[in-house]
Amino acid sequence: MRVVLGEDLVLLRDGLIRLLQAHDCEVVEAVDTGPDLLRAMVDHRPDVAVVDVRLPPTFTDEGLRAAIEARKRVPGLPVLVLSQYVEHLYARELLSDRAGGVGYLLKDRVSDVRQFVDAIRRVAAGGTAMDPEVIDQLLARSGRDRPLATLTPREREVLSLMAEGRSNAAIAGRLFVTEKAIGKHIANIFGKLDLPLSEDDNRRVLAVLAYLDRV
Amino acid sequence: MNDTEIVRGVKARLRTAILAPTRIPLALLGLPLVPLQLLPFPLVLITIGVVLLPLITKVVRAYANRYRRLAGKVLGEEIPVPYRTPTSTGPVARVRAIATDPATWRDLAFLPVNAIVTVVCSLMPLVLWTSGVLGFLMPFLWAAGADGLEYSAIDETTPGNILLAPLLGTLYLSLAWWLTPVFGRLHAQVTRRLLGPTANSALAARVRVLADSRADTVDAQAAELRRIERDLHDGAQARLVALGMSLGMAEDLITRDPEAAARLLTEARQSSSQALSELRDLVRGIHPPVLADRGLDGALRALALASPLPVEVDIVLDGRPEAPVESAAYFAVAETLTNAAKHSGAAGAWLRVRHEDDRLTLMIGDDGRGGAVATENGGLRGIERRLAAFDGTLGIASPAGGPTIVTMELPCVLSSGKTSSSSATG
Repeated sequence: MRVVLGEDLVLLRDGLIRLLQAHDCEVVEAVDTGPDLLRAMVDHRPDVAVVDVRLPPTFTDEGLRAAIEARKRVPGLPVLVLSQYVEHLYARELLSDRAGGVGYLLKDRVSDVRQFVDAIRRVAAGGTAMDPEVIDQLLARSGRDRPLATLTPREREVLSLMAEGRSNAAIAGRLFVTEKAIGKHIANIFGKLDLPLSEDDNRRVLAVLAYLDRV
Repeated sequence: MNDTEIVRGVKARLRTAILAPTRIPLALLGLPLVPLQLLPFPLVLITIGVVLLPLITKVVRAYANRYRRLAGKVLGEEIPVPYRTPTSTGPVARVRAIATDPATWRDLAFLPVNAIVTVVCSLMPLVLWTSGVLGFLMPFLWAAGADGLEYSAIDETTPGNILLAPLLGTLYLSLAWWLTPVFGRLHAQVTRRLLGPTANSALAARVRVLADSRADTVDAQAAELRRIERDLHDGAQARLVALGMSLGMAEDLITRDPEAAARLLTEARQSSSQALSELRDLVRGIHPPVLADRGLDGALRALALASPLPVEVDIVLDGRPEAPVESAAYFAVAETLTNAAKHSGAAGAWLRVRHEDDRLTLMIGDDGRGGAVATENGGLRGIERRLAAFDGTLGIASPAGGPTIVTMELPCVLSSGKTSSSSATG
């Protein structure tokens, strides 16, 4: 897997390169500024770009802007955005082109190497990987008269995992139940939330997020 | 002006003219206050003045305040009380505050001036009205044979006196009509000139307000620093220590008991992510990164998105306020939205932000049950203090039964150049 890396902190950049190489990823270019990142992403068209939100020269959301711009030029270019904090607003901006292949994770998720690499692979395959903190924020916004409130605790759990971008098998593994049971939960959730049924992992995550965002 | 209005106007003016002289005794009563106010000063030397001076000053000030209120009513604007408050409650400080306050001496000057002005201003209208009426009565009095009665240099021997007197009377009456309110205002203006704050004392009062708000700000900042220190000490620092310990123990165990070492490493990782999450919350509380990234516009939109209530956002800003103002506005809105979500029972809220005439206006409304008040040490009072540091104001309209609308105003200029937003946030 070919990866472009955008990270300005040397320590973290070297760590990420080592981590990625250990998991059979080739880092084709590692850059440390927003403009360089945009150029590298468009030039190399990597399988996935791992991008820090905050980059020089502005040290604001340079990386995020570069990612969004790159996806405008190369539609569907898989991008995994890492951030010191998660902001719902940024998640929405990343997802707004509805092309999939998007991840938005807290930087410290890197420390759980297996899950992190899993997220990279999911994004590279065109799926999504939303940080549980984003999902929590979204789920916390359950007003009184919203259908979200009608979900059972188990269904909410499944919904969170689904919104992170996990497959039925992965969710089943996480919750120690059969895949069939998960399928039933998901059908219930889609029914209650009035979402179109979909087997495609990426589509259904986008559907969930679109629903959560609307209300 | 029709007839009934004229009749009503005459009635009102006559009443004013007749009642005005009743103020004369009060004005004359002010005269003995002059020596009374001066008397305690030499007595301060033999201590008794120290007790006497504040007492008499109290009387004089109450007296002056009465005139401030009266004049305020006539002029339709409140006349601020300009007295200084002593810096400490000690008797000597009180005496010094009274003696050095220019307002004390201006009060003193007011007393005799007021006596004269009151006598003139309250008698003149009555004299004019009476003269006017007399003008019409004179012909009858002369006809009745009243000898030697003179009316404005006209007597019974003046040719055409029967016509001249009423004519003059009409002139007096018109003057009376015109001057009655003028005298009232004149008195009020003299009062304001002498009893209102001078430019100096207005400035002094302003300095006092600024000093108060600065003290508030410094207190709040000190408390904030203490909170940050505590959070760092109890949170992230402790976790990092635990992390170091787990790593050290894992290092020690790795060859002897790899399984236990792996467990410790897992623990270490959890410690590190907890430390990070605590640091993140802390940073958010100091200066939200999204505020630095996207300015007030983006940060407020992000806030609205993260709020448990659905918030309708309507923001028009052509630039960015200075960073401290931006931050104050952000936290004020954050606190208000949190309040709305927690206490109002609202199903929805809205936020409107504008910048007009060098003022940043933020309005937050909800459809909850209302009844929000700014209590001491309450959240709304905290917002008020936060805004006061920037000369900002907070207004709360929250009738019981709702809805609640909180209005904040902050004077500020926007730096030109919109925060460039490369992507749509819709």
